[in-house]
Amino acid sequence: MRYAMAVDTKKCVGCSDCVVACQLENNVPIGYCRDWIVESTAGTYPELELEFRSERCNHCANAPCVRCCPTGASHIVEGGVVLVDPDACIGCGACIASCPYDARYTHPDGYVDKCTFCIHRVRKGQKPACVEVCPTKCLYFGDLDDPNSEVSIMLKTRDYKTLIPEAGTDPQLYFLT
Amino acid sequence: MKEELIISGRMNPRVDPNLSIWGWEIALYLFVGGLAAGILFFAALYYLMGKEKTFSTAVKWAPMAAPFLLIIGLSALFYDLHHKLYFWRLYTTIRLSSPMSWGAWTLMVVTPLSIIWSATYLPELRPGWRWRYRWLEQLAAFFIANRRTLAWIMVVSSAILGIYTGILLSAFNARPLWNTSILGPLFLASGLSAGAAFIMMISRNPIERHTFSKIDLLVIGVELFFIIHMFMGFLASSQVQIDAAGLFLGGPYTLPFWIFVVFIGMVVPALLEILELRGQRIPVFLPAALIIFGNIMLRFLIVYAGQASRYLY
Repeated sequence: MRYAMAVDTKKCVGCSDCVVACQLENNVPIGYCRDWIVESTAGTYPELELEFRSERCNHCANAPCVRCCPTGASHIVEGGVVLVDPDACIGCGACIASCPYDARYTHPDGYVDKCTFCIHRVRKGQKPACVEVCPTKCLYFGDLDDPNSEVSIMLKTRDYKTLIPEAGTDPQLYFLT
Repeated sequence: MKEELIISGRMNPRVDPNLSIWGWEIALYLFVGGLAAGILFFAALYYLMGKEKTFSTAVKWAPMAAPFLLIIGLSALFYDLHHKLYFWRLYTTIRLSSPMSWGAWTLMVVTPLSIIWSATYLPELRPGWRWRYRWLEQLAAFFIANRRTLAWIMVVSSAILGIYTGILLSAFNARPLWNTSILGPLFLASGLSAGAAFIMMISRNPIERHTFSKIDLLVIGVELFFIIHMFMGFLASSQVQIDAAGLFLGGPYTLPFWIFVVFIGMVVPALLEILELRGQRIPVFLPAALIIFGNIMLRFLIVYAGQASRYLY
C-alpha cells in the first residue's frame, strides 16, 4: 500500500478551504497550519502563468525527518504515511531542520506536528479532511499500489510534477499540470 | 528573464519566513562540545604517549574544565528542547541513522568519563585532598589503576564527540550550506585547535606551551585547507549549494565570516604564534583568546547561515 495525494493545479483556485478544513479537523493551533496555499507566478513578462498549489507534508518515501529523529518519534505507518508520536518527541527540532519542504512546526505544547494525511479518517474509510471539502474537487487521495484508485488514474492520464525531486526524498504529493 | 514570484499562505512560527529553529543554544553547545572534545583528546593522547609529567597541564589540569564545559553544553541543549519532560526518550532507543542519537549516547559516555578522569587527578593537584568515604576511596583507586583503559576510551569517544558536532549539521540535506561532509572534519579540527589554545593559555611550562603553539599552527593550516575545500565543493556543486556558498561570498554573512572567523580567528593568531616561536615576546593569552573567539564565531555563523540556505521551489 502506498498512499499518495494529487493536486490538480488546473482546477485549484487557492480558496484555502483545505487549510480551514484541516485546522478544524485536526485542531491545529491558531497561527499554525499543516497545509497551505502557494500562489506562483512564473515566466517572462508578458508570458506569465499563474499556478495555485495546495501544499502539505509530502510523506516522502525516503523521509529525512524519520532518518534524523533521535527517539523514533517520527515514524512511518501503513501506506508510507509519516507520523509523529507526541509522547516520544522531545522537541529537538532536528526533523524541522531536515525537511526541505518546511512542512513541520513545533506545536505550542512542545512536540512537533505536521500533516497526517488524516490517517484517523482514512482508517475509517473516509477521505482526508482537505480532500473532502475541496469545492473544485482538485484534490485526489488514494493508494498508488491500486491501479484503479482515483490518484493512480489521475497520474496515468495526466502530466504531473513533484516538488524539488532533486532533494532526493521521493515525495508522494503530486501536482497535475 | 524567466522569473518566479511565490506567495505562500504559510506563516508557521520559527519556520517562516526563514527557518530559525535553532538559535544560540545549539551554537553554544557546538562550541563547548568541540572545546571539551579537544581538551579531552589531548589529555588522553599525551597520557597514552607517556608524557604525563612534562605535559601535566594537558593531562591533569585542563581536563578539569571539561565536565563544566560539558554541563554548560548539556544545559543549553536541554534548554533548547521544546518537549523537555520527554528528554529521557533519547535514552530508551538507539537510532543509528540519527546523528543526534549518536551524539546523545556519546555525551552519555564522555561526560561521566571526563568527571572520572578529573577526579582521579584531584588528590595530586590538591595535596591533602581526601575522599570522604571508603567506597569512594576504593573507586578512585580502581580508576587510577585502570587509567590506561580510560585514556583509550576517552581518545576515541572525544574524537567522535568532536566530529559529531559537525555531522549533526551535515546530515541535513534540506539545508545546502550544512550538507557538506567536510563539516565534520572542520568542526573536529576547530575543536582541537580550541582545546590546544585552552591548554596553551593555562600552561606555565614553556615546553608545553611551545608544543601546543605548534599544534595550533598545524591545525589552523588544516582548518584553512578545509574551508577552501568546502567552498570549492560548494561552487562545483548544484545551484542550491552555489547559492549557499554565496551567503559567505558576497552575501549577508561574508564580512563576519571572513573577518571574525578566518582573519581574527585563524590568520592573526597563526601569525602571532609564528612570531612567538621565532623568539618574539608575545603574551600567550592573545593568540589563544583569538582562536577561541574565532571558534565561537564559526559555530554561530554556520548554525545561523545554514538555516538561511534552502531549496527554492
